[in-house]
Amino acid sequence: MSYANRHPARFAWLLVLAMVGVLAVAGCGGSSDSNSDEVTSIGQTEGALNLIAWAGYAEDGSTDKTVDWVTPFEKQTQCKVNTKTASTSDEMVKLMRTGQYDGVSASGDASVRLIEGGDVSPIDMSILSNYADINPSLKDQDYNSKDGQNYGMPHGWGANVLLYNKDAVQPAPDSWGSVFDPAMASKYSGKITAPDNPIYIADAAVYLEATQPDLGITDPYELDEDQFNAAVDLLKQQNKFIGEYWPDATKNISSYTNGDSVIGSSWQYQTSALQAAGENVDADLPKEGSTGWSDTWMLSSQAEHPNCMLEWMNWMGSPKVQAQVAEWFGEAPANLGACDLTSDPNHCDTYHAKDEKYYDQIAFWKTPISDCGDDRGSVCMTYDQWVQAWTEIKG
Amino acid sequence: MGRRLADLFQGHPRLTVAALLAAPIGWLVIGYLGSLAVMLAASFWHLNELSGEVTQGFSLDNFDTIFSDEVYRTITFRTIGVAAAVTVTDAILAFPIAFYMAKLAKPRMQSVLVVAVLLPLWSSYLVKVGAWRLMLSEDGAINWALSPFGLHGPGYGTVAVWLVMSYIWLPYMIIPIYAGLQRIPDSLLSASEDLGAKPAKTFRKVIMPLTFPAIVAGSIFTFSLTLGDYITPANVGNKQFIGNVVYSNFVANLPLAAAITVIPIVVMVIYLLIARRFGAFEHV
Amino acid sequence: MTFTPLTRNLLRVAVAITLAFIYIPLLIILLYSMNPEQTLSWPPESLTLEWFPKAIQDQAARDALWNSVKVGAAATSIALVLGTLASLAVARHKFFGRESITFLVLIPIALPGIVTGIALNATFTQVFDMKLTLFTVIVAHATFCIVIVFNNAAARLRRMSTTLEDASADLGATPWTTFRRVTLPNMRSALVAGGLLAFALSFDEIVVTNFTIGAGDQTLPIYIFNTLFRPNQPGKVYAVAVIAILLSMIPVYIANRLTKEESVTASGAGAGTPIPEP
Repeated sequence: MSYANRHPARFAWLLVLAMVGVLAVAGCGGSSDSNSDEVTSIGQTEGALNLIAWAGYAEDGSTDKTVDWVTPFEKQTQCKVNTKTASTSDEMVKLMRTGQYDGVSASGDASVRLIEGGDVSPIDMSILSNYADINPSLKDQDYNSKDGQNYGMPHGWGANVLLYNKDAVQPAPDSWGSVFDPAMASKYSGKITAPDNPIYIADAAVYLEATQPDLGITDPYELDEDQFNAAVDLLKQQNKFIGEYWPDATKNISSYTNGDSVIGSSWQYQTSALQAAGENVDADLPKEGSTGWSDTWMLSSQAEHPNCMLEWMNWMGSPKVQAQVAEWFGEAPANLGACDLTSDPNHCDTYHAKDEKYYDQIAFWKTPISDCGDDRGSVCMTYDQWVQAWTEIKG
Repeated sequence: MGRRLADLFQGHPRLTVAALLAAPIGWLVIGYLGSLAVMLAASFWHLNELSGEVTQGFSLDNFDTIFSDEVYRTITFRTIGVAAAVTVTDAILAFPIAFYMAKLAKPRMQSVLVVAVLLPLWSSYLVKVGAWRLMLSEDGAINWALSPFGLHGPGYGTVAVWLVMSYIWLPYMIIPIYAGLQRIPDSLLSASEDLGAKPAKTFRKVIMPLTFPAIVAGSIFTFSLTLGDYITPANVGNKQFIGNVVYSNFVANLPLAAAITVIPIVVMVIYLLIARRFGAFEHV
Repeated sequence: MTFTPLTRNLLRVAVAITLAFIYIPLLIILLYSMNPEQTLSWPPESLTLEWFPKAIQDQAARDALWNSVKVGAAATSIALVLGTLASLAVARHKFFGRESITFLVLIPIALPGIVTGIALNATFTQVFDMKLTLFTVIVAHATFCIVIVFNNAAARLRRMSTTLEDASADLGATPWTTFRRVTLPNMRSALVAGGLLAFALSFDEIVVTNFTIGAGDQTLPIYIFNTLFRPNQPGKVYAVAVIAILLSMIPVYIANRLTKEESVTASGAGAGTPIPEP
């Protein structure tokens, strides 16, 4: 018999006392918000750079010897690059807030939060020589600027595509209905995959926008309660056909190679990797349009090596590196000068880099906030409600 | 000086105890219980809607979410159910080998088996999960081995999570049962036999009551390790466990994650109190 | 107790089944470490040993292994000191609240790692505003390793008669001398066995580590976590794991020797038990 058991009340009081003491300490150590001013110059580099990046964004030759734009950067700037690969936007935000990283390749669903939270610094983009050549449609967007200030170097963009195994899925699907409409989805029950990401609710909204016009969805990230519930219900229905929610690109790839998944929402990156490995897969942009990402390299407001990060941003915006990363990752480059330097001369056509019509079919990721951005007012569902709903959808 | 200090302690046993306990208790109470308190304090905070940043201030919203949203109940029961199933499975698998090691094996065999059982503890947990993920996949080793018999493996899902967790935590059950059985003197078993008890009765009336506390002690580990695991469900499951919602919210919504951790804390405290009833740490 | 041949054989079959369950997946890990392909398909079409030299030469893996050894050694040292102190108090003295010490020591390991990890992460980063490093990992690991040393040491102390200690005190030795010359030598094997087990626990820990480690640091489990599901060179990470198992044979062997030695000298088992002794 222990003390705690014999004297539960006294033991509980001891615990409470201990906790009160610590709470007092916790109360004093509040977090400090730093509101740094715009960065207007690049100084001496610091010798190191800690990055948070998507898989495939900072290749140093360890994945494929011929794919390496980190080593030349290290040689040129003397900044030793340390990359932390993150698999979700939430993870990126979390990692950035540790203050231990200098920069991040943030997608729109992360960047808005980072800007609002003061985690990234505004930059006078004229100090980065390659910014001038960036595709104008990617500049000054909601997800990379605020109040006329810019927050980084556009990296590239792409659509979330419908990836399928050509042996298992015939004829070639042209609609998200093959994963959302029970009549079609049930054919691949247990072998449908979807990204494990709350922002995937927007994919359901894109499908509903096309198939249920009376819901009145105009922006898949600005959903009022009815629209949101319709999307969530659709995903709950889809849940029983899902074999796996993929947490990161490499697991998504392995689930296709091992036959666990045959159809689902994916990126061009996985498609290219699977095709390169000899898998009989293909990917389409369905007729309903799709969601997509447009990423921006951002500078942490707590960066220990800000100058290395600025050099990195400029490096990533250069036509040559843009060509390399766009081909490796399978995306449209932000710097259209890259289109002349890709080893596949058709790369930019394949990825519709200059195709305004294609670009307009894509609803780019952004963090959902209560302000609907139209005359509905502040009745839209916020990101933490999306996260909540995502927990419910997965069950 | 040293001797005078020693004399001081000698005359005052309380001082000795205080000196012995100052460091470990300080570490555990301030370092550990204090940290738990910090986390529990965070469970009353909430997120800033725009930046998603943690805002301090008292609110019960997170607990309201956990209690009112049915999904958390489902996840809690699923996790406790699998933790219980893993515990029972491991107890059933562990007992025969532990008994053989303790009571039948010759000394040489005994030490070989002890090493054989301890060795998996040194092989990476992650690599084991990764290997099971590959084995359980559609084109993996399990379906390959079963297909000649016209059978099909469980695939990814809750059954797979149960199987893999039973595998990984098994040594944590074998070792205490083995130690418990070793502590039963052989003479006690012989006495039972001499008094006319059949082996089944000896097992029921002597061995089981004496080893049950050891099984419960082992179960603390299989149960607790299953309860908090998020890596195994993420790799071979397709439904969420408590660990998964804590982990995903740690990234997205720290106050909610902190509130959810109250579930495993309460479950484990209840479990420990029950375990104590069964005498799992009566002698500690 | 006598066993019928049937009982013996049934037990042997059960032992064989359990051992097969434990070792078949480990053999498959071995096969994956010899799979030359880019994707680990089953069954492997050919086998190679090329991953082993690559794994040994992998600087990141070596650094990670070394970090794991450092963290394990430091956490174990702290746990040895704190666990021994607590066990001396509990096993050799009567005092108010003695039993609650056991409860307190047990809590860090009985609560799931994710709870411990988040709690320590919040304390380190929010309260103390500390940068996460290997040091924070050591603190975290030491916290849940104390119980293992404590259990081994307390079990030994309870079995050890106090006669010798009393005699030493009667002959005028100070408590410190008695501890150093009488108590400690008798506890040594229990402490080494407990320490090794604590080290093993730290060596393979991923959950608490994940929440307490800094940006640029890797322990071996973190290295494996970061590389296991990457598409390139999948066999290499399995080769790293196989090498780690082979290296661990040494401490497992020592632990086993010490356990045996103890069962002769102190007529009890339990060294090497990560669990409160029943």
